[in-house]
Amino acid sequence: MMRARSAGDGRSGPDARSPGRSGDRQPGGSAPGRDSNVGHDEGSGGSPPPSDQAAAGSQKRVLEPAEIRRALTRIAHEILERTNGADDVLLLGIPTRGVPLARRLADRAAEFEDRTVPWGSLDVTMYRDDLRLRPARALGRTELPPAGIDGKTVVIVDDVLYSGRTVRAALDALNDLGRPRAVQLAVLVDRGHRELPIRADYVGKNLPTSQREMVRVLLSETDGEDAVLLSERTEAHV
Amino acid sequence: MNRHLISAADLSRDDALLILDTADELARMSDRPIKKLPTLRGRTVVNLFFEDSTRTRISFEAAAKRLSADVINFSVKGSSVAKGESLKDTALTLEAMGADAVVIRHDASGAPHRLAGWIRGHVVNAGDGMHEHPTQALLDAFTIRRRLGRAEGLDGVRVTIVGDVLHSRVARSNVALLNILGAEVTLVAPPTLVPVAVGSWPCEISYDLNAVLPKSDVIMMLRVQQERMTAAYFPSVREYSRRYGLDTGRMGMLPEHAIVMHPGPMNRGVEIAAEVADSPRSTIVEQVANGVSVRMAVLYLLLGGVDLLGGADPRGTAQDAKASMEDRESMVNR
Repeated sequence: MMRARSAGDGRSGPDARSPGRSGDRQPGGSAPGRDSNVGHDEGSGGSPPPSDQAAAGSQKRVLEPAEIRRALTRIAHEILERTNGADDVLLLGIPTRGVPLARRLADRAAEFEDRTVPWGSLDVTMYRDDLRLRPARALGRTELPPAGIDGKTVVIVDDVLYSGRTVRAALDALNDLGRPRAVQLAVLVDRGHRELPIRADYVGKNLPTSQREMVRVLLSETDGEDAVLLSERTEAHV
Repeated sequence: MNRHLISAADLSRDDALLILDTADELARMSDRPIKKLPTLRGRTVVNLFFEDSTRTRISFEAAAKRLSADVINFSVKGSSVAKGESLKDTALTLEAMGADAVVIRHDASGAPHRLAGWIRGHVVNAGDGMHEHPTQALLDAFTIRRRLGRAEGLDGVRVTIVGDVLHSRVARSNVALLNILGAEVTLVAPPTLVPVAVGSWPCEISYDLNAVLPKSDVIMMLRVQQERMTAAYFPSVREYSRRYGLDTGRMGMLPEHAIVMHPGPMNRGVEIAAEVADSPRSTIVEQVANGVSVRMAVLYLLLGGVDLLGGADPRGTAQDAKASMEDRESMVNR
């Protein structure tokens, strides 16, 4: 019932890439929800090339397990380099998939430098700006090391950076938890289309996308396999 | 979730678990330095209390404030206007004040249900007469789940509820909710304090506390509601205490892991001995703390998301339920 509003928007082909379009209805985060805000415009030429691995509709694997592994290894190295060996670094993953990523980065950093890097999770649900656009949703978990975040260099870890609204919510959430010395951002995929002045410090892969596309990150901890998938956003993909 | 929380019996198992899980996450917030979330900023919650209450009203007030809602406390004690009339007038006043949610306690059973038909906001029942007190049942279930270390429901947990079942909305809500969550409930009370319709409740009845104690994981003592004791329900308080009170001797008959609960306020020395109330097995203080988390969860789940009806139709019914089903599915798939 709610999603019917945008159905009249049949001529959206040309401006599908422009970020501000119907901005207030953009999903605020990494895992776009059910509301497809573009009508059926198959003929408009904006669809991505058909994939050879097309399983359901046009779905393309843009990162394979080995590439994800390499990207995380590189990010771990970059974090160590930029933070002088990860002194006072705390990795905080945003549920759901940011959490296993934070953990993997911490494991890798520990391997390279022979030390433990603390990690945790930071749920941002209660700080989102799009709560009133969808039904109340279940909360994730916030779990911090006992030492807290005061004086730490907090690296926020998430799977996909899109509008930047999730990260804004994360910054607000951090504000209520303490006062970090600095906050940085690490993401596996940056898909563009920012709606806020936010950028990532560490990026696994820059992935140019159209807003009609959907990026899904699969991780073995949560989904049984590692992959990044790019697909056309359809009703079937809610 | 339904649009209102009027009766524990209206909740599905999934609803109940969603509330308890949400409360679990919110409870973690209570040991942070800043116990406040911005989630309900700009929303107004009215506490409409026609009956005395300390913990429930304060608990709802704390819950709403921790979620950054504006709280209006509306005490109507002592009103001499005919009840139906005054409630409707009050409802219209609240409507005009732009209440997004009304938390109501009323001495008449069914008052929250009536209220829900008059206003656009969400209605939360904070106890109506001898009918229901759903948030108390939720916080009891939450406390049991935490103390007994259950992750999901309360399947197979043996809960014994002792005392004035007849006048107790807490017992009524608990029987419904605990049954939804899979617990096995036994009521123990003097025959005069057992409701007539108890045969239709999903629970066992016993008149012998000593026989039930060794088979209980949870024992929940109810307050002897002296203000509602208009007839001679038992010969004397002393005799009641002998037969149905929980003293240290009886506590010794409980299994090692069993916990002792009481919704408060207690009559120490009547239904529960002071040593029992203060023992490590007692969850009475914990229940109060958990009450805030559970009420935060309820307010968040009712008010935190999109209002599916846009506040247009006060009687959220089938369409509402269907919509929230769809949305739960999409939430899971997200």
